[in-house]
Amino acid sequence: MSILIDAATRLVVQGITGRDGSFHTRQMMEYGTQVVAGVTPGKGGQTFDGTVPVFDTVARAVDATGANTSVIYVPARFAADAIFEAADAGIGLIVCITEGVPVGDMTRVLPFVAEHGARLLGPNCPGAITPGACKVGILPGQIVTPGNIGVVSRSGTLTYEVVYQLTRAGLGQSTCVGIGGDPLIGTNFVDCLRAFEADDETIAVAMMGEIGGTDEQVAAEFVRDQMKKPVIGFIAGQTAPPGRRMGHAGAIISGSEGTASEKMRAFEACGIAVAERPADFVTLIQERI
Amino acid sequence: MRPITIRRTQPRDIMNIHEYQAKEILREHGIPVPPGEIARTPEEAERVARGYGGMTVVKAQVHAGGRGKAGGVKLAADPAAAREAAANILGMEIKGLTVDRVLVTPAVEIASEAYVGIVLDRASQRPVFMVSAEGGVDIEEVAATNPDAITRFAVDPRYGLLPHQAMGLAFALYSDIDLARQASRIIAALYEAYVEAGATLAEVNPMIVDDAGQVLAIDAKMNIDDNALFRMPRIEAMRDMESEDPAETRARDAGLSYIQLDGSVGCCVNGAGLAMATMDLVKYYGGNPANFLDIGGSSNPDKVVAALEIITADPNVKAILFNIFGGITRCDDVANGIVEATKRIDIQLPIAIRLTGTNEEEAIEILQANGFTAMTDMDEVVKRGVELAAAAEGVA
Repeated sequence: MSILIDAATRLVVQGITGRDGSFHTRQMMEYGTQVVAGVTPGKGGQTFDGTVPVFDTVARAVDATGANTSVIYVPARFAADAIFEAADAGIGLIVCITEGVPVGDMTRVLPFVAEHGARLLGPNCPGAITPGACKVGILPGQIVTPGNIGVVSRSGTLTYEVVYQLTRAGLGQSTCVGIGGDPLIGTNFVDCLRAFEADDETIAVAMMGEIGGTDEQVAAEFVRDQMKKPVIGFIAGQTAPPGRRMGHAGAIISGSEGTASEKMRAFEACGIAVAERPADFVTLIQERI
Repeated sequence: MRPITIRRTQPRDIMNIHEYQAKEILREHGIPVPPGEIARTPEEAERVARGYGGMTVVKAQVHAGGRGKAGGVKLAADPAAAREAAANILGMEIKGLTVDRVLVTPAVEIASEAYVGIVLDRASQRPVFMVSAEGGVDIEEVAATNPDAITRFAVDPRYGLLPHQAMGLAFALYSDIDLARQASRIIAALYEAYVEAGATLAEVNPMIVDDAGQVLAIDAKMNIDDNALFRMPRIEAMRDMESEDPAETRARDAGLSYIQLDGSVGCCVNGAGLAMATMDLVKYYGGNPANFLDIGGSSNPDKVVAALEIITADPNVKAILFNIFGGITRCDDVANGIVEATKRIDIQLPIAIRLTGTNEEEAIEILQANGFTAMTDMDEVVKRGVELAAAAEGVA
């Protein structure tokens, strides 16, 4: 078992012929991901690297190949429509790697995705990897190893750092998920925690948050109320300077300042072990499994 | 501490525009805004005030809140007083920013003041309106002291703000139907302006009723999502380079994300989350980070050179710390950048380097061939960076 993706994942790559799309498609295929189709409008009928059929639209790719998951590498200005298109074509899991998507676009994308019964991961995220089975996105395959620790994070390279330390300590992972650092994202901490709690293979979860917003506080309450498995948490940005972004008006609505210390207090209050530094994950997990 | 969201691997952020620029946008959407002109000298301010006749208000145009409290807003009885007010305000520092222009606008008789704002709310994932009959003061203050005085409404962006919803918000401010109709037109237009400009915040504070019963926008503030600027080059052109930190502007031009702090350990990291975690670890080991710097993904050697130039230009920096976890970023690119930078600029500072991940072996070879050593553990390199900075400070 695992969450979100596994050996049965049938992947379509939106933007497969682009610079990033082609590079990462090769990496995903090397890792063993079933890449069944690619989409680039105007290049339908071609094949990518002689093996993957390319289609003009996601709908045609789904019809022809039974793709159930998509990954998006298109430029930011086309990303919102790429997500709409994937949801319209009946894709169940849409992973948007693209960074720089306007938040205004996301306010329209998110309800559309929900109405179509799809799940969106991202945007501006590194994707997910189920070690030994499937990789969707850009997480480096060489640092993960199969095991029982679920990993969920708002960050990219910080996730790599923690996973690398877990792997070196012999703590393998069930699935590693990067949910993305944008203000508006499709899948949040709670979605992943719920899935890890239900996943037979996962015995503990490592969660890496950041300053800003209230996702971590909400996640902490979920852990307290609905999880039996141990969760170990970290918040990046304890030394971050006073902000210039979003101003105070955003903080009023959430009723929160979103600081690291506030989030760490919420973790502690809800029974989440707090890692003071990334290296602490290893001992805190070992003590609890 | 105020909240901050550092954009992951995103070199750009939110763009501030000035009050007079926000007012320009509101005027284009039909919102009644009193006239106003920009002056960069006291003489210009006097000339503008003479054109309006009567009392004027002289307002500092700077990207900082609390301008009034800082003395950056002054009422002037006549053109000579406007000149004097401008002479006082121009050159003034407000929250570290120097005022280089003022807005001169006719003074208005105020019968009542209200607050109208719209902001992107992460929790509901929608634009949320906030209105309050207690205008003219910081909305943060109202939220803290009298939260019931704020009416909130989350807009469904698929349908936009419907007319009856705009009226509902207006009735939260005024019971008089004529005032409510005027206010609802302003509220609806503010929503349109917010969407069209790709804003994450649009505020009218105060929205006033004057002595003739007209509802007017007296002050305006907008923050624009940098990611949406490609649709609105006209708004991109409003960027005020002079009001930005030159080092941060340089960083943005080089595709880097940089925020200067006041510590002595210069940090160069790939990825915002890891960059913040590295700064935190510097603190954990007893040091102080000099900056946040994210070189982003797919970094080429030129980016690393630019990063080193920016870090070494900060006189507080006593040691440089590289923490690179190669994914998309190739460690050998970073190594080449470090070597290239030391050829192009004279770096006297000690450097601690950690490189792990994609092309790590090649990177270590490149560094060793050029007299550098590289570590592979994050804690070790941070400890080393802190020690180097402390040693250099001890000498100095």
